[in-house]
Order: sequence, then structure tokens, then C-alpha cells
Amino acid sequence: MHMADALISPAVGGTVWAASAGLIAYCSKKVRDDVDDRIIPLMGVAGAFIFAAQMINFTIPGTGSSGHLGGAMILSVLLGPYAAFLTMASVLTVQALFFADGGLLALGCNIFNLGFFPCFIAYPFIYKKIAGEKPSQNRILIGTLAASILGLQMGAFGVVLETLFSGISELPFGTFVLMMQPIHLAIGIVEGMVTAAVISFVWKSRPELIQKTTSPAPSGNFSLKYVLTALLAAAVITGGILSWFASSHPDGLEWAVFHTTGSEELETPGHGVYSLLTKIQGKTAFLPDYNFKTSKNSDIKKPEPASIIDSGTSVSGLVGGALVLVLAAFIGFALKKRSGTRSHL
Amino acid sequence: MSHHIVEVKNLKFTYPDGTCALQDISFRITHGESVAVVGENGAGKSTLLLHLNGYLMSGNGIIRIGDYPLTKETLKEVRRTVGMVFQDPDDQLFMPTVYDDVAFGPLNLSLPPEEVDTRVDNALSTVGALHLKSRPPYRLSGGEKRSVSIATVLAMSPDILVMDEPTSNLDPRARRKLIELLKTFKHTKIIATHDLDMVMDLCERTIVIHKGQVMADGPTAEIFMNQELLAESHLEKPLRMQGCPVCGKT
Amino acid sequence: MSRIKTAFLDLGHMDTLSGRDTFAHRIDPRAKLLTTLIFIITVISFGKYEISALIPFFIFPAVMISLGELPVYYLFRKILIVIPFAVMIGIFNPLIDREILMRLGPFSLSGGWISFCSIMIKFTLTAGSVLVLIACTGFNSVCMALEKMGAPRVFAVQLLFLYRYIFVLIDEASRMANARSLRSFDGKGKGIKVFGYLLGHLLLRTIDRAQRIHLAMLCRGFDGEIRVNRRLEAGIREVIFTIAWSAFFIAMRFYNIPLIAGKLITESIL
Repeated sequence: MHMADALISPAVGGTVWAASAGLIAYCSKKVRDDVDDRIIPLMGVAGAFIFAAQMINFTIPGTGSSGHLGGAMILSVLLGPYAAFLTMASVLTVQALFFADGGLLALGCNIFNLGFFPCFIAYPFIYKKIAGEKPSQNRILIGTLAASILGLQMGAFGVVLETLFSGISELPFGTFVLMMQPIHLAIGIVEGMVTAAVISFVWKSRPELIQKTTSPAPSGNFSLKYVLTALLAAAVITGGILSWFASSHPDGLEWAVFHTTGSEELETPGHGVYSLLTKIQGKTAFLPDYNFKTSKNSDIKKPEPASIIDSGTSVSGLVGGALVLVLAAFIGFALKKRSGTRSHL
Repeated sequence: MSHHIVEVKNLKFTYPDGTCALQDISFRITHGESVAVVGENGAGKSTLLLHLNGYLMSGNGIIRIGDYPLTKETLKEVRRTVGMVFQDPDDQLFMPTVYDDVAFGPLNLSLPPEEVDTRVDNALSTVGALHLKSRPPYRLSGGEKRSVSIATVLAMSPDILVMDEPTSNLDPRARRKLIELLKTFKHTKIIATHDLDMVMDLCERTIVIHKGQVMADGPTAEIFMNQELLAESHLEKPLRMQGCPVCGKT
Repeated sequence: MSRIKTAFLDLGHMDTLSGRDTFAHRIDPRAKLLTTLIFIITVISFGKYEISALIPFFIFPAVMISLGELPVYYLFRKILIVIPFAVMIGIFNPLIDREILMRLGPFSLSGGWISFCSIMIKFTLTAGSVLVLIACTGFNSVCMALEKMGAPRVFAVQLLFLYRYIFVLIDEASRMANARSLRSFDGKGKGIKVFGYLLGHLLLRTIDRAQRIHLAMLCRGFDGEIRVNRRLEAGIREVIFTIAWSAFFIAMRFYNIPLIAGKLITESIL
């Protein structure tokens, strides 16, 4: 369920990135201030473990399909929420860079969905509440299972909201929710069971590893209010900056503007970059934005009448597109030849 | 040159789970000596080595490195003096490239960047691995990894080298090269190993440890001739001293 | 099990590609990272029915691929592997948005299909540019660039550590998975229970390894701060690289060159 760059708008991607970046900075500070510097190599290999563990799978009884381990909950239990969030962020970064699994801009969303919800909501408010101060085998099992499932549900809902506000997909809210939540309920149950199995194995053989983070030590104790306030502030600020920067593309942005200012009137300030951009757009009458105006909300879709796009424009677009594509390939090819001959000299 | 002395007196250590790893170990190693620590698996060799750089500290017994007794206050100085080469190079080479890895220690000593560069180059050329400088550690062969591990320690210019199984997992040729390299070092060397043939090449003195106690401490040649002692400590004569499998001659 | 090996070889292959020495590789990682980011933002800022204006953006990855002497087919296959999620979400567009937006003789295309194509093109461009970035920069350099551009050092170090030990742990995991599959028959032994033990063991070993690494770090004077002696040099070449590409992207964002070219051609023919 990794978000992809192609499915989000710059405003949504940028805003969520800002939130994730803020969290990364905050967690980095927390980890650095931690007196126990053993956490630094431990985070590194734990991340590599999550990665390696995702490569081993198991058969789900009765279905023939296979499942694998989800990372964030196991990391939270072992490392505490701050280090777990950083580790999860690093795992997702490697996936984004090497496997193009979720792009660079969508990485912010993915870190938020798969890191923030499990580490900062599900872990402290579900797992720790159930596991309690004196954890037992059963409490840990139930706590892990519940926290994994709910953490993933929140993450999936995050995907729905981010996609919706980006307005690239036509999926209406209701359908999307009905599609995403049950799928991720199934995934969550499987992941939760695996996580519980691994954690209970560790609990049986090396209980001190789990007790350390479960006890109300500095690493497990933080104020959610603080995190949420910082998060909101980051979102508001970037929302503001991005709305100013990207107002040439209003569809995805309306939401951000609407939420940051509380009104839609601010949408078209008559000065600054926006007016400059409108002027540029005014001069280039065939701008695509104006031919293909997109609907404001994905759930009440009302596309512009088709008549404004005459077939001539579309044919020209196709012909020109093909031409440029050939040109791009040619440039690439020519450069390759040139560098090839040079390296032989 | 009294600061190269390693002295261990009445060292005892019990792990938190109750395993008694060391009971009353004492020895003294002077400047420039090359000493092998041998013994069966679980005899306490690794536990002993972990005490020499202060990773493990027990209330029982005294350890002196050079002029300092090993305490929390002298830890930093001791760790600079004692260079430790680990059994698994993957544990020792944790940075993205060979250069970064060798530079890790000198940078922590807060040396200026140029000095760090010189030290890295010197350490790498000593072990013959200068050409590997920009490679990531996971792209090295076993022998190369070992050489680079040693370079990471040399870059700290330690006085004492402590090595845990330096020849393990090496092919015969890499092993031979390593032995030749170690021969050229003038440092005080403490080597824990099962490779008794290497001991014959490198160490004039051997300490035999069995169940957390010093069974014997003396010249290598004498110890390896003592059949009874070796058998009791779960050891065997080095292959070189055993009969030829074809003709039976020694 | 073969998946582990593939993933490992794959990381290794990308890593090898990034170790080459070409013009594309020599450019400072910060310049490449920044340019790629601007590229992605420009690409995804297009409206959802845009197709033709996106085409010129293929020039950037094409140029980088040829300068960096990267294998096109290999990168393309990597994109195909991850495209299903985008297809899964995007495929609903043609189902829901049936308004006809384009006619070409007897063929008519609904808005949904156009926006679906647009998503696929954007996906190829964005995913491709990221792969190209890593293949001609290398992960470690990207991390250094991130740190120099203001990412917290703890996070940059975490990335470096993670990447370093992925190679070690994947090797370890694949050995364990091999051992399991050699002794499991008729699907027995591949269930969740054994899986739990397997991962549990791997995890404990991993934690022990972390302890040994920490020890190795302490032995070389680690005091909680990781220092890296690496100087990145960004000169006029990097500035030109970044500015020229960014200018190109922004120009392509506002002027639909393919449409203009196409118009010129179709009008002169008619």
C-alpha cells in the first residue's frame, strides 16, 4: 500500500512530507539526547532486519497465499517509538530509492502512514495500554495483535485521504474506504499474528529486551499533545507556502488553502507569484490546464463539457507527443554513442 | 617503555545469567611480547579479551594497561592504547566505505582532516589494502575484510593489538599472508585462537585457559610438547607437530 | 527463497551501477537530488488529463541514462514490478469517468482512460527518475547529500547503517530460509509457527550483532556522535546542471511543446 508519486498532488505530497520531516527531526533529537548510544547501531541493524525479514514469507493456512512481517510495531516494542519511527523511515527510504516502491515525494506520505500511526498512536495508546506495566505473555500477544491491526487501519485510511485530496484518482471516498479498509484488515491480522509470534519468542528467550521499552522509562514516555501540535504547525506552514507556490494548479490545493485559511476567498490573491503565473498563462492561451479543467472534488465529479476540447487539439497533441518522444529517444541514443566512442578512445 | 605492559590480577567474572566465565585469572605481558591465548570453545577467551578494553568490567580483580589501572576514568585512554580486532569483520566494518571505516577512529580522536587522511593511507598501505579505499565493505573478500579490519585498528596507532581468531574463515593463502603481515608488527600482541599452527609462527608465549582458569603459561614450544596438558584442555598438537599422515614420521 | 536472492542481487546490481565513473556519476549528489526533486514536483503538478505535455519530460531520464551508461531495459523492468499499485488505483478512473474527451475518427476516448494513461506516464517518469538518481549516484552519496542539505545526522547515519547491514542480514536470512525449505515437505514447516521462530532467532542474532558493532565502535572512540570526513564539492558545473534542468522543466510545464509542434505539422499538412 505504498503511495506513488503519480497518485498525489504536489500540495498533498509537500504537506505530508513536511509533517514527516518534522517528525524525523524531532525523533532524531530525541534519539541523540538519549544517554544510551547503543541505540545507534541497534537501529541500523534492526532496519536491515525488517528488510531481510520481508524477504522471508510463510504460507497462510487455507489460502495458499503468503504473508510477511510488517515492521513498525516490532520496532516500537524493541526500540521505543522515536527510534522505531526513524528506523521505519529509513526502511521506506531504501525501498523508495532502490525499488521505486513509492516515489520520492510520496515517501513523505508513506513514512507518515506506515511510521507515525503505528509508532505514535498504536504503540503508546493501544499496545502499552494493553501490555501494561507488568507485561505477561498473553497481554503482549493481544496488545501486539490489536496495535498492528489498528495501526495498519489508520495507515490505510491515511492512504485514502491523501489520494482523495490529491484528486488524481476518480475513486469516490466511500468506495475507496470500502476497498482499502477490509483488505488491510486482512493484512493487519496476518501481520499482527506474525509480529506477535516474533515478539513472544523474544519475550520467552530474552524478556529484558522487551521490558526495557515497556517500563515507563524516558524512551517510552512522551506527550502526544506536543507531537500533534508540532505536526499541525508544520502542516499549516507548508500548506501556506505551497499554496503560494503552486497556485497555478488549483485543484489539489484548494483543500490546503481551505484548511489553512478557513476560507476559499484567499485562493486568488491579486499579487505576487500567483498573478505573475496567471499573466504567463494568459499569454499562452492553449495551456492544458484551461482545456482540461478538473473537477473540484473527486466524489462529486462534474467534468467540463467535452466540447471545449476539439479533436484537432488532441490530434496535434498526439502527433507532437510522438514526435518529442522520438526526439527524446534520439537525444539519449546520440549521447550514448558519443560517450561510448569517447570512452573507447 | 613500561606503558606497554598488560597486567591482569585475580580477574573473576560471572555473567548476569550466572555463568561463571572467568575464575581467578592472572598474567603479565610486557612490551613487544606476542602471546597466544588458547583453550576450548567456551573456555573464557573472548570474555577475557572483552575485559582488556574495558567493555566488561568486574569488581573482582585488577587490570593494568600501561601505566593506568583500568577504571571508568581511564577507559578512553585505554581504548586508544588497546586496538581490538574482532572475529567477524562484518561487526567491525560498519561504515559505508573502507575509507570511512578506517577514518572512524581517527575522527573520534578529533584529529584534523589532513592528519586523518594520512593515517588512513598509512594504515591501508601497511596491510596492503590501499586500492580498496573507496570500496564498500560488502564488496570485499574475506581476506580483504580482515586486512581492512586490522587497518581500522592500526589507524588509531595503538600500542597493543588484541585479536580474536584472526585466521578464522580465511583461505590458506589469505591466512598465510595475514601471518606474514602480523609478523612485521612491532606491537605487543595478544591473540586468542584455535589455530595452533599460527601460534607456532607468531607467538613465543602461550597461555592455556580451561574453564575460566589459567592452566599453563609459558613458552609455546614447551606447552605444545606437553601432551597431557593439551589433552586436558581439549586441545591437540599443532598439525605440523603431528605425524605425517602418509609416512607416519614426525 | 528465490525472492531473497533476487532482492539481494538487485541491490547489488544497483550498487554496481552507481559505482561507475561517468559524467553523470561525477556530478555532485546534491545537484542530482535537487534536480530530481524539481523534476518530480513539476511532473506531478500537471492536471490529471495531461498527456502530451508530459512527453518532453522523458528527455531528462533519457539523457541521464545515456550519460550514466545505464541499462534501459533493466530499469524499465524494475518500474514494471512496482506499477501494480498505481494500476490498481488508476484503473477505477476509466470505470467511473466515462465522459468522452477525445475523438480520433471512429475511436473515442473517455476522460477516465486519458487520466489513467496520464497516471501511468507520470508513474513511469517519477519512478524512473528515482531509479536513475540512485543508479548514477549511489545510496551512500545520496545520504551524504541529504545530510549536507540539512537532514538530521542521526537519520543520515541510520540510513548508512541500514544500507550497510542489509547486505549482511539478507545473506543471513537467505541462509535460514534455505535451511527451512530444505527440510520442509508438502508445505509442512512453512507455516506461521516456524516462521515466528525463524524470525525470532534472526532478530536475537541481529540484536547480538548490534551489541558487537557497538563494542567495535566503542573500541575506536565512539562517543555517541558519528563523524564522517567527506568533502562534497559543488562547483559551477553543478549550479549549471541544476539551473539548466530546472529551467527546462519549468518551461515545459508552461509551454506544451508537443502540442505546438503537432499543430505546426498538422496545419501544414491540411
